[in-house]
Amino acid sequence: MPALDLVANVVVSGILTGLVYGLMALGLSVIFGVVRVVNFAHGEMMTLAMYAATVLFAAFKLDPFLAMLPVAAAFFVFGYALQAGFINPFITRPEHSQFMLLVAVAIILVNAMLMIFGPDARNVQVDYQLDSYELGPILIDKGRLFAAAAAVIAASGLFAFFRYTLTGKAIRACADNYLGARVVGLHVKHLYALTFGLGAVCVAIAGCAMVLLVDVTPPLGPAYTLLAFVIVIVGGLGSMGGALLGGVLIGVSEALAGLFIAPSAKSMFSFGLLILVLLLRPQGLLGRRA
Amino acid sequence: MDRRTFNRNMAVIGTAAALSPFGIARAQAQKLKVGVILPRSGYLGFIGQSCQKGADLALEVIKEMLGVDIELMNADFESNVDTARTRAERLIQEGANVLVGPFDSGAAAAIAQVAEQRGVPFVINIAAAPQITEQGYKFVFRNFQTAGDIVRNGLDLIGELFQATNTVPRTAVYMHVNDTFGQAMTKGISAMLPSRTQLPFKVVDTISYDPAAKDLTVEVSKAKSANADFLLLVCRLNDAIILRREMVKQRWQPMGIVSPGSPGMYEEQYFKTLGKLSEYSISNVPWYNPKAKLTQVVEKAFKKHNPKDNLVFHGLNAGFTFEAILIAADAFKRAKSTDPKTLADAIRQTNITEKMTLGAPIKFNAKGQVEGIGSACVQNLNLLPTVVLPKDAATAKPVFPVPGYKKA
Repeated sequence: MPALDLVANVVVSGILTGLVYGLMALGLSVIFGVVRVVNFAHGEMMTLAMYAATVLFAAFKLDPFLAMLPVAAAFFVFGYALQAGFINPFITRPEHSQFMLLVAVAIILVNAMLMIFGPDARNVQVDYQLDSYELGPILIDKGRLFAAAAAVIAASGLFAFFRYTLTGKAIRACADNYLGARVVGLHVKHLYALTFGLGAVCVAIAGCAMVLLVDVTPPLGPAYTLLAFVIVIVGGLGSMGGALLGGVLIGVSEALAGLFIAPSAKSMFSFGLLILVLLLRPQGLLGRRA
Repeated sequence: MDRRTFNRNMAVIGTAAALSPFGIARAQAQKLKVGVILPRSGYLGFIGQSCQKGADLALEVIKEMLGVDIELMNADFESNVDTARTRAERLIQEGANVLVGPFDSGAAAAIAQVAEQRGVPFVINIAAAPQITEQGYKFVFRNFQTAGDIVRNGLDLIGELFQATNTVPRTAVYMHVNDTFGQAMTKGISAMLPSRTQLPFKVVDTISYDPAAKDLTVEVSKAKSANADFLLLVCRLNDAIILRREMVKQRWQPMGIVSPGSPGMYEEQYFKTLGKLSEYSISNVPWYNPKAKLTQVVEKAFKKHNPKDNLVFHGLNAGFTFEAILIAADAFKRAKSTDPKTLADAIRQTNITEKMTLGAPIKFNAKGQVEGIGSACVQNLNLLPTVVLPKDAATAKPVFPVPGYKKA
């Protein structure tokens, strides 16, 4: 039986990583919740954000937390343009057409990253990356803590935007009733593009935070897309709180499975959790029944 | 054209055709065409390119040593076993007299089948799976240790390390990458460790991890909690980097990190990424003898070809690739022919005493395997992989237990 301080260390680390996962999945959940399109290029977009952070660090020694601003702005424009230019015409088409469109975007992104950055792993090396805070027997990795804090701040900002701003309320109206939103004169396609842009911002911030925790390579994209799906299905597709909860649950369950069973089998447990949720609560932990 | 003219023309063409093979044989005998198959792209690309440096310098060094002309026919198998097979086929079709490569056991097994079917000699530079030379092949030769030899030599060198530093670690935590290589090494270690009485330590915990792991927090937490004296590690490159960083984050400072025979910690990328944190890591691996005469010659040629690079970061890869081409050239010189069978027979009679890598002279046994290839205890000192054991090849003394990373 592992010592209690070891369990505590592993749980804390799982929660912090899970929050970053949660922010990434939040982007996917927001896009699906409003636009009703599943972004199959989600992980690839996150990988692109990670590369953007490494490029800015290499060129200007820009800390990934400062890089969040320009990367998020660029991703907002990218997300908006992608939705307005490519996805909006597909909104009324069959789902398999939307699926193929976004899979194609994903493949193009992975191959473009391979061509531009090559197959070798890249990272950023900031001063505090190897430091940790000591809280009694618990060691908290500084980079991980800052990344989790950034994820919480970004998620809170997004919650506030949807709850308190007129545009946020308009987007929620589109999500609740597409026809009604059009009847009252909302510019639905613009709001959809705005939502995709906001989802891309989540991905950008998560990517900049994640680059402090893992080295980036182009094949990372599909793995993150899959992870984002697992998280939003566990948390509830379309639920913002569910995405964060799902992220934390996956982070902690993987960490504990690695500790108590076998580290090399830990990802098996996130999929075990997924099957369990699908069987017992198909709409996800915080999702609404269809 | 009348009948007589036609007959005369046909006779001339026929005679030319009948004599042409001799002409080809004469032309080929002046130059040995070596098909070099390496993973110069894909996930093994880094190492394939490192091996290629050994092949590139071989031309002039061998010309000077043996007076033999070599033509390299380079092929990239893109870290893909199927591609390795098709590249080997193509090289043979294009006239390669001998194949050399490929750094990977899976690819080596595939190329060996092609070489055997087509009857073209294949000299393996680096690949450790024992079964490759257990198939009764007549055209396959290997100048590299098998996995069993790597583990045996690696463990023996750990004993020598403890002896040389007067240390007696009592416990080790064993971490290994969970892939074919890692599992084969684990099997070997489990089988050989109990019989090594000179190794006084007990393995208190064994932790396997995913080779594609992006985060090793849990694994390192678990290993740290074992409170072992040192870390016994079988790794690859990327995971070794992640693991070292995580050890620092978790403030885990065992007596040292020792690999009984795996890549990763002596690679250039390990030094580039980790900087001072790469210091003192120990890898017991097949290596070159820095004091050998041939090493000095190769080092000079390496510097000429790669002015900004250092042979020490490519020692294993470039050294064994160079030697594989040397074996082919030496056989060609003795055989005076590019006939595949004659060449294979000549390779079987190889006896190269002036070599670059550690260990006994290059001589093939009946299975086509060189026996007695040595390993070195390579410790990262002053940001360079440095031979610290065996003593006769060492250029520095081993440091164990290692200083804390803050002092590094």
